[in-house]
Amino acid sequence: MVRYLLRRFVAIFLALVFISTFTFFGMKAIPGGPFASEKKLPPKVEENLNKKYHLNDPLLKQYKDYMFGLAKGDLGPSFKYPDRTVNDIIKDGFPVSAILGAISVLLALSVGLSAGIISALKQNHWQDHVAMILATIGFSVPSFVLAALLQFVFSYKLNWVVPAMWGTWQQTILPSISLAALPSATIARLMRSSMLEVLQQDYIRTAKAKGLKDRVIIYRHAVRNAVMPIITYLGPLIAATFTGSFVVEFIFAIPGLGRYFVTSVFNRDYTLIMGLTIFYSVFLMAMNLIVDLSYAIIDPRVKLTGGKE
Amino acid sequence: MWRNRKMFVVLAVVLMFSFVLTACGGGNKAANEGNKTEEKVITYNLGTEPETLDVATATGKPEATVQMAMFEGLTRLDANNQPVPGMAEKWDISPDGLVYTFHLRDAKWTNGDPVTAEDFEFAWKRLLNPDTAAEYSYQAFYIKNGEKYNAGEVSADEVGVKALDAKTLQVTLETPTPYFLSLTAFPNLYPVNKKVVEANPDWNTKVETLVGNGPFKIINWEHQQKIELVKNPDYWAADDVKIDKIIMTMVESEDTELSMFESGQIDIAENPPTQEVRRLLDEKIATMYPDLGIYYYMFNVKQEPFDDPRVRKAFAMAINRQAIIDNVTQAFQKPAFAVVPYGIPDAVPGEDFREKGGNNYFTEDVAKAKELLAEAGYPDGKGLPEIKILYNTNEGHQKIAEAIMEMWKKNLGANVTLTNQEWQVYLNTRAAGDYQVARAGWGADYTDAMTFLDMWMTGNGNNQTNWGNPEYDRLIKEAKSNPDPAVRIKAMHDAEKILMDEMPIMPIYFYTNVNMYKPWVKGVIVPMVGGYQEFRWAYIEK
Repeated sequence: MVRYLLRRFVAIFLALVFISTFTFFGMKAIPGGPFASEKKLPPKVEENLNKKYHLNDPLLKQYKDYMFGLAKGDLGPSFKYPDRTVNDIIKDGFPVSAILGAISVLLALSVGLSAGIISALKQNHWQDHVAMILATIGFSVPSFVLAALLQFVFSYKLNWVVPAMWGTWQQTILPSISLAALPSATIARLMRSSMLEVLQQDYIRTAKAKGLKDRVIIYRHAVRNAVMPIITYLGPLIAATFTGSFVVEFIFAIPGLGRYFVTSVFNRDYTLIMGLTIFYSVFLMAMNLIVDLSYAIIDPRVKLTGGKE
Repeated sequence: MWRNRKMFVVLAVVLMFSFVLTACGGGNKAANEGNKTEEKVITYNLGTEPETLDVATATGKPEATVQMAMFEGLTRLDANNQPVPGMAEKWDISPDGLVYTFHLRDAKWTNGDPVTAEDFEFAWKRLLNPDTAAEYSYQAFYIKNGEKYNAGEVSADEVGVKALDAKTLQVTLETPTPYFLSLTAFPNLYPVNKKVVEANPDWNTKVETLVGNGPFKIINWEHQQKIELVKNPDYWAADDVKIDKIIMTMVESEDTELSMFESGQIDIAENPPTQEVRRLLDEKIATMYPDLGIYYYMFNVKQEPFDDPRVRKAFAMAINRQAIIDNVTQAFQKPAFAVVPYGIPDAVPGEDFREKGGNNYFTEDVAKAKELLAEAGYPDGKGLPEIKILYNTNEGHQKIAEAIMEMWKKNLGANVTLTNQEWQVYLNTRAAGDYQVARAGWGADYTDAMTFLDMWMTGNGNNQTNWGNPEYDRLIKEAKSNPDPAVRIKAMHDAEKILMDEMPIMPIYFYTNVNMYKPWVKGVIVPMVGGYQEFRWAYIEK
């Protein structure tokens, strides 16, 4: 177990070095810069700016300085928001995105799992059809359409909730539904097919032959085994939802992290691009590690070893 | 049972994890909206998060709107866009128009310190200091040696701004600048509290140290959410400030902004979605304001076929601007047949530069356009190379480009294609001159025709058409150095005529601003330059 973890940590570290290096040189290769504008700056003014932000240093020196800062946990100042550091922006934005993400993941899990289980048990009955039609809709309607639609109906027409901004629990309702739609549909379909497969297994037949109650068979044997693909899906899902969504945060004016993933690239806010990439990578790899560890807890057939067996 | 317990542990961990995260986000207490009996509150949607509130390094409209509420310069612009006394009670101007002596009134910073002439001197030198690296440092290049100091060529002592005593500020200009008083009303030339800034270089990052001298003071800044300002009781004209509190929200989506306005969550909104503008204007919910800006296409005069002015003219004459405005942009802009927009003063007070010069340097005339094209050697468009229109990726620009493409195809027989590029790639392509026709826009930096004209001088960084004309350059230089308004305005009219005769750029329309106010919100001023919102004289009438 310890050896396994060590191996994973080394792999994560190497991946991070690779990702940050690749992102650093990649973003410098795209045209433009943080101070580009339709009104061209006087050359001297531009020079002063480049000097202030060390953008006129040789690229390798910039890279070295950045990596040293990174090693100390300093992600540097933002170019677009000079008064805030990248650390500040992540510290402010991540908790908001994470709360919304957590609500959405819980919502997606409860809706998706129940829908999947019910449609598997009632295969080809009306419950199955209704659930799968809803899942198809959830799959195919993009979140910006759903978000705009929810806002139009529940804020504009019915006036039940305020259309946007952040602060009260009511303000989490519409955005979390918008965010949860796609994962709910995915989970429902994954769970349905996985359940159907498990229900065909010999040990289910054995359990039935033993005369176990249906309830016990379904919960103890079927669901438990069927849930494995969901766990796999949960790692990347949590990483993606907890770090925020550009579209949903834009439409509902939520001060999360998601918008920066898009705007930092448009603004060529170099330090923010780097900071977010690294932050997201760490988070995603940590989630995947947790998922792998949880396999061992849930499924006794999985053993974590150093890899030499 | 044993297995189930493990399963519960996993679930519990997941749940705990999410609750821990939930707890992290403390401080998101329910916002008190509406509230108390007589408090006069205006909620305005600022749109985006200000990049900074430091007056030296700020550049945009949201920043300026907040700073106008928090600070005050030597002057302020009133409802007629005229400079009126602000921190300066009165001023003297030397006969040659080069030396301004400002006499400051007794005023206080929000921390109790007096506002002094040294604060102004310090702030302006800080704006020009090359280490500050302020993008808008050029707003102070009118001051003697300002540009040289910014370039590191002279020391700070040689800059033409000096505090003669605590209440007298003397400013020496590089050349006579008739709009200099208006410039002192803009954020980059606001004072900062010397003591506070020197003691704490990060003064502008925290609400507690953001010391201002304006009608309102900032009390809360939730990033990407809102800024709250309350009336400043120490403001010199506090008795005249009628609003107790301004809440500025940061909602970026136009559709969301409109929903919030119509459901009463905000009182002032700008830029409604294009498809709603007509309805909002018809229902008298929105009002239109002139805006000092022009939308145009640039021709690269070094590339065929636009190296021939007759071709450039023919292309400019062969589109229907009103049709584009009515069917595509739908915001009631004004068709442009010149470069300088309406709303800029002419030589005689009260006269308008555009009305005086006329908005008719050319006409839309397809027959005439075809003639010109034939003269240039392209009868019925035969022999014209493929014409590429370059624009930055954006639905609005795309629709306009599509309309123009159709008009050029139909009216001139040209073979036109469209190319769109991401904003910064587009800026690079443009600057490198690697295009034939490119869309562009320009907004005024100050209320004078010069802000639309000096950029077309030979070799100016913003003149990316490769066009240049010695006579044009001479006229602009004359307008910049002659203190006599009649002479300088005439020089600018003459220069504009040359620009339109040679047509390196094709004017399309002059911008408008569409703003929405709840009927009880009164007295908010929208200056034509920049279109900020000025709350100094705002009041509520329910």
